[in-house]
Amino acid sequence: MEILDNLALGFSIALSPYTLMLAVVGCFIGTIIGALPGLGPSNGVAILIPITFTLGLDATSALVLMTSVYYGAMYGGRISSILLNIPGDEPALMTTLDGYPMAKQGKAGNALVLSGVASFVGAFLATIGLLLLAPILARVAYKFGPAEYFALYLLAFCTLGGMASNNQAKAALASCIGLGIAMIGLDNNSGLPRFTFNNLHLMDGIDFLVAIVGLFAIAEVFFFIEGKGKTSSIGVKLDKVTVPWREIFSTKWTMLRGSLVGFIAGILPGAGASLGSFLAYMSEKSIAGKDGGFGTGVPKGVAAPEAGNNAAAGGALVPMLTLGVPGSGTTAVLLALLMSLNITPGPTLFTDRPEVVWGLIASLLIANVVLLLMNVPMVKIFVRVLQVPAWVLLPGVTMISFVGIYSLSGSYFDLLLMVGFGILGYTLRKLDIPTVPVILGILLGRHMEDALRRAMVLSDGDATYLFSSPIAIGLWIAAIAGFVAPMFLRGVLAKPQRVTD
Amino acid sequence: MKLSLNKSIAAGVLMSLGLIGTTHAAECIAPANPGGGWDFTCRTIGKIMHDIGAVDKPVQVTNMAGGGGGLAYGHVVNERSDDADLIVAASSATATRLAQNAYAGMTADQVRFVGAIGADPGVIVVAADSEFKDLGQLLDAIKADPGSVAFAGGSAVGGFDHLKPLMLLQRVGFDDITKVKYIGVDGGADAITQTIGGFTQVMTGDMSEIVGFLKSGEIRALAVLTEERVPGFDDIPTAKEQGFDVVAVNWRGLYIPKGVSDDTFNMWAERLQKVADSAEWQEAMVANGLAPFTKVGGDFQGYIDQVVGEVRQLSKDIGVIQ
Repeated sequence: MEILDNLALGFSIALSPYTLMLAVVGCFIGTIIGALPGLGPSNGVAILIPITFTLGLDATSALVLMTSVYYGAMYGGRISSILLNIPGDEPALMTTLDGYPMAKQGKAGNALVLSGVASFVGAFLATIGLLLLAPILARVAYKFGPAEYFALYLLAFCTLGGMASNNQAKAALASCIGLGIAMIGLDNNSGLPRFTFNNLHLMDGIDFLVAIVGLFAIAEVFFFIEGKGKTSSIGVKLDKVTVPWREIFSTKWTMLRGSLVGFIAGILPGAGASLGSFLAYMSEKSIAGKDGGFGTGVPKGVAAPEAGNNAAAGGALVPMLTLGVPGSGTTAVLLALLMSLNITPGPTLFTDRPEVVWGLIASLLIANVVLLLMNVPMVKIFVRVLQVPAWVLLPGVTMISFVGIYSLSGSYFDLLLMVGFGILGYTLRKLDIPTVPVILGILLGRHMEDALRRAMVLSDGDATYLFSSPIAIGLWIAAIAGFVAPMFLRGVLAKPQRVTD
Repeated sequence: MKLSLNKSIAAGVLMSLGLIGTTHAAECIAPANPGGGWDFTCRTIGKIMHDIGAVDKPVQVTNMAGGGGGLAYGHVVNERSDDADLIVAASSATATRLAQNAYAGMTADQVRFVGAIGADPGVIVVAADSEFKDLGQLLDAIKADPGSVAFAGGSAVGGFDHLKPLMLLQRVGFDDITKVKYIGVDGGADAITQTIGGFTQVMTGDMSEIVGFLKSGEIRALAVLTEERVPGFDDIPTAKEQGFDVVAVNWRGLYIPKGVSDDTFNMWAERLQKVADSAEWQEAMVANGLAPFTKVGGDFQGYIDQVVGEVRQLSKDIGVIQ
């Protein structure tokens, strides 16, 4: 009952016409920010923080606006992934794998509606989880040390092998390129710069967004130019948009599982939304097996990562609010916003400032409903994007990408880097090497290395430390049994299949 | 209060937007993204300067993130070296990185440090159930067996959080500081969770990072690294009163370009002093967990030089720089 009282308190704060308006505006802006390549949730929120000062918003209103933008961006990321094969931000990366093939089959509307519903399920369940369990879940962070994080990243890394259905060597090569790129920047464990060539721009490492926009959007432009504007993979068929009830119901378990996996990844401060969507996708792919057709445009392949990334976005708020530890780039920015409003997240926040916490949770629920209502009818408008001729659309997207990336650090260096990634992406696609593992290599490499080296510092280089806790051992077993063993056992258990695709 | 503060900032932003290119409103560069400590310095000091009439136009804040403040430093040194209307937020991290040559060879004497007006005190913290009851006990344990104690902090190896325990250990004559275990994690709160979780034994960080956990009773502060006990946290003993003469605070201050006249330097020093003396700043310090720490004008550059020297020597000892 106490929770209901608290929730009532939350809604009494968040349900005024003014805050509702802010929620609607925030959701709309967030969706746009998420959909535009180069403008991810974290820099979207960062850019908007000064606006909350400009508008003279009080703490609750500012939070409502910013969390609406945050959740909105998580919804919006899927739009360009599905329609253009260009992920709007890094958590939407996995949605390209099945979303774009679906769009190519003329089911863009279905994919958008389905992913919108999956986003809703993921975010809704995560918010419920946050509401019921946040103080308890916060303790989970105390159980994860370097060894446990290393095992978790290893689990994610092992699944990379299953990424490409036909040529695993090429997927492995691509992830190695990503790992190599992750090495650039200041090394946390020695304080020394690596591969920075004394260039200050490389000191902080390479931003995912620069790599994503380069590898996907800019590379697409190069292909477009090569085809003299006639051939481009953008230009998908478009059927009538209906609500695909059958697909929604057939993916209900996928959505629930994806939400759970995403939520768990989210509440671990060292993991975050990208890992959530990635693990959700890969575990569903693993469950579906070879007949699941993942990667060819199946509804489950769209539902899983979207439920996963939105659940992770909600989950990431748990350590942010209860420990003050941001689980992702975006929550780091939200944390900064809270601090600037004189609210210090931490173990006492729930008791000290209940109106902030419950107001936030209520506004998350509101934002989520607003987003569902906004996103499903708007699918009809989104798919219109596909009727825009590629020679207008692509330069437009590129221009937005340039502006977005420039807004990251305000330096032209990132723009050059992005073009460099575009060339890399073009080359890789010519060689038929998948680009998604490159991004995942960048994403995982740094964290995995940090975790391993911290573990080695703590244990004086004793490798058995990596298996020293039940959680770590469990993750190792999951990694080996779930993803590594099948790769080798497949040849034993079944007759080798001909490569069909 | 809050509302009026926001409104004034709002007005400031709007007005400065309108003024770009037409007049010379002062500009404050925060060498990081919105929300961090440097951003706070620029926004708060800039606002108070205007409110108390130290500057007649609102100070415009520019965020220039990258290279741990190095991009902004290079920008000031190379492109704005005689801009009299420019101030830049700085902190202990600026001095530490300069000492370690992390700004691509640029040195502390290529700008002029105006002063610091407030500091986040360094703290040494253990989990509530830790065996260590005071600083002496902890340092003795490390002397006896360096491998038995691991520190976690929010900065990379060689960063300011790492240097704090090393300075303490040097005071007790422990020279083998490469043996001291330290892991750099993503921020102070993360370092606390690793310490409460028992993966590391001690957290080294800033006062502002530990306030929430202190209240919840999950951690215990062994020492605060200030001259005197911090108001509001009177039950935390200083390292100094426990017999270890180390003062390590994360000060918040400003630097300006090298090429400006002495008059300009004195003008900014005077303005900064006015902010330090204002009631608004006292309020902002309390709200943000800052302790009084005022060093403005000529003697501040001397302080920077001393800090840079000490950090450089320490960094050589632990092998972060040659």
